[in-house]
Amino acid sequence: MDILRFLTAGSVDDGKSTLIGRLLYDTDNILEDQLEAIERSNRKNDDGSINLAVLTDGLKSEREQGITIDVAYKYFSTAKRKFIIADTPGHIQYTRNMVTGASTANLAIILVDARKGLVEQTHRHSFIASLLGIPHVVLAINKMDLVDYDQAVFDKIANDYRHFVEQLAIHQYTFIPVSALKGDNIASRSAEMPWYDGPSLLEFLEEVPLASKGDVNLENSRFPVQWVIRPHAEQYHDYRGYAGKITSGIFRIGDKVTVEPSGIPSHIKAIEVGGQKTEVAFAPMAAVLHLEDEIDVGRGDTLVKSDGQVYVTQTLEGDICWMDNRPLNPDLKYIIQHNSKQTLCYLRDVLYKVNVNSLEKNYTDTSLGLNDIGRVVIQTAEPLVVDLYEDNRSNGSAIIIDERSNVTVGAVMIRSAE
Amino acid sequence: MSVYKLDYLDQLEAEAIHILREVAGQFERPALLFSGGKDSITLVHLAEKAFRPGRFPFPLVHVDTGHNFPETIQFRDELIERIGERLIVGYVQDAIDAGKVEEQTGKNASRNALQTVTLLDVIAEHQFDACIGGARRDEEKARAKERIFSVRNEFGQWEPKRQRPELWNIYNGRIRKGENVRVFPISNWTEQDVWNYIQREQIAIPEIYFAHERECIVRGGKLMAASPFLNMDAEDVPFRAKIRFRTIGDITCTAAVASDADTLDAVIREIGDSKISERGARMDDLVSESAMEERKKNGYF
Repeated sequence: MDILRFLTAGSVDDGKSTLIGRLLYDTDNILEDQLEAIERSNRKNDDGSINLAVLTDGLKSEREQGITIDVAYKYFSTAKRKFIIADTPGHIQYTRNMVTGASTANLAIILVDARKGLVEQTHRHSFIASLLGIPHVVLAINKMDLVDYDQAVFDKIANDYRHFVEQLAIHQYTFIPVSALKGDNIASRSAEMPWYDGPSLLEFLEEVPLASKGDVNLENSRFPVQWVIRPHAEQYHDYRGYAGKITSGIFRIGDKVTVEPSGIPSHIKAIEVGGQKTEVAFAPMAAVLHLEDEIDVGRGDTLVKSDGQVYVTQTLEGDICWMDNRPLNPDLKYIIQHNSKQTLCYLRDVLYKVNVNSLEKNYTDTSLGLNDIGRVVIQTAEPLVVDLYEDNRSNGSAIIIDERSNVTVGAVMIRSAE
Repeated sequence: MSVYKLDYLDQLEAEAIHILREVAGQFERPALLFSGGKDSITLVHLAEKAFRPGRFPFPLVHVDTGHNFPETIQFRDELIERIGERLIVGYVQDAIDAGKVEEQTGKNASRNALQTVTLLDVIAEHQFDACIGGARRDEEKARAKERIFSVRNEFGQWEPKRQRPELWNIYNGRIRKGENVRVFPISNWTEQDVWNYIQREQIAIPEIYFAHERECIVRGGKLMAASPFLNMDAEDVPFRAKIRFRTIGDITCTAAVASDADTLDAVIREIGDSKISERGARMDDLVSESAMEERKKNGYF
């Protein structure tokens, strides 16, 4: 059994919460006392059936306003997979929340109202999925019951989307006609749409292979050191273990590695996973690595297998999503955090801003405020050991922290490095 | 299929160990909040995997309401003895004696809510900048929205509308003096995951998680353990029943379930078949729809 992390995107009216509620309900992942709590909350649909959307609104203010503000994580499992849902709000003012949910997702379900077809939001949600390198996209064409389960409606939307998606970096996408309210093609195939011979949404989620580079990268071996284990006990006198998580790739005993950014070479002497010695360890394992040579390695350093290009650089170019009320200030020093490494940086040069609805680039107005997305050149005080985001999501991403507030104000996808 | 594939429990374990090591790397004075329940016991097991053969870079902290299951305290002391790490205990009784909080009165009196004051006192006394806790997002809907690194202000409060974005597996633990971070390494685990992990790893847990005979009373339709800490009156007629606990908290607010499950296998089977969620047995959550959110805003973990 493995884990699929997915996010759902769509506006309130697209029935996103209902879809999640339906998935949980139809897979027996909602329990009686939770149902009773919903009953107690006294929110019903117009036809008197229980309002499954109530399940996903976690905060008092959200329930009061009837909208999702923050990312909520939901869990369910079937015999085949464990699922982690990032339920994110769809409105443009919550772009940053969707970016957050998208950062760890393997798959995005983008909801479309069958009556309305592709709208501005569909473009924005697809753009964010593309930007964050989500490997799999499902366009769930919802409310099919309200268009008489008409195949022509479905086909037109699918065609429109195929045309639109060409301009994005979305390579694997699929279309599923559903009615979240009625349960059509959610957990089981619908009898109402005999013309559709694909899987139900749940079947698709259970079966989609998680083998692409965006799911797990087994090619570029990277091990950011988080902590050095040096026991004081006499029997461990010579013990010096580098603790961290293999963010990508595979390490074996005997492998030649370099410690970056210093560039000092060595070989892997021993590997431990969960206290057990092992010959080989791979992403995303937490491990302890030992080196043949006694060299200076500490938190913030990265062990890199000498089998491919890695960038050790102080100049990066990346897409940035701005997440703070105070706009990006090119004169201010920020902190950039890349894996376990923090260093100062300048965001001096914003090359353009993207209109997230039309995808047009604006080269004249390059101010980045809350929820804006643009392309930025970053100068760092100390060198970072990075890959490009499209090659390696874990080693190609970083966050920007405002020193004044300590708040995370930006998310960076590295697109080029020197 | 690639052979380089991790089972879901291994993935959850790796994520949790990574988070624990981030705490070690980012904070000067972290602590691990230990309740004696299965989730914090799981955290201790994960910490062993993260830091052995070295020492834990943090002490364990237990907020003791004084209203404990005796089995929990015995288990705690044996665990500390085995792992050889430091334990700090904060006593709710001290806060009561100091007049900082007042004991609740009435039939349903519980010290559960008073824990928060003691927790914040212990944090202040030891200047902890990070407190690791075993809360999970599947437990409760306010928790479903909380970050893995969850910043608390100078008053220990959670401010849901001011949460920092948390992206990829990058954790921002930067805080001002006086603030602290609550860290939840098993956020993405479900109750079922924890039990499956306990079984796989053969982790020892207190006996009260398994079916046993005990003096009980019925309160509000729930089975409660009879104890000197529960305010009982003539209506509360204790009887013996075969029960177990699904979650361990203060003895006055943790309900039992009737059960014959006396092995891990049987417990896991029973949870899989259960139609009631884990926190359905926590009287503290049944107060209102926002009970957990309100407590968190006051500094609860």
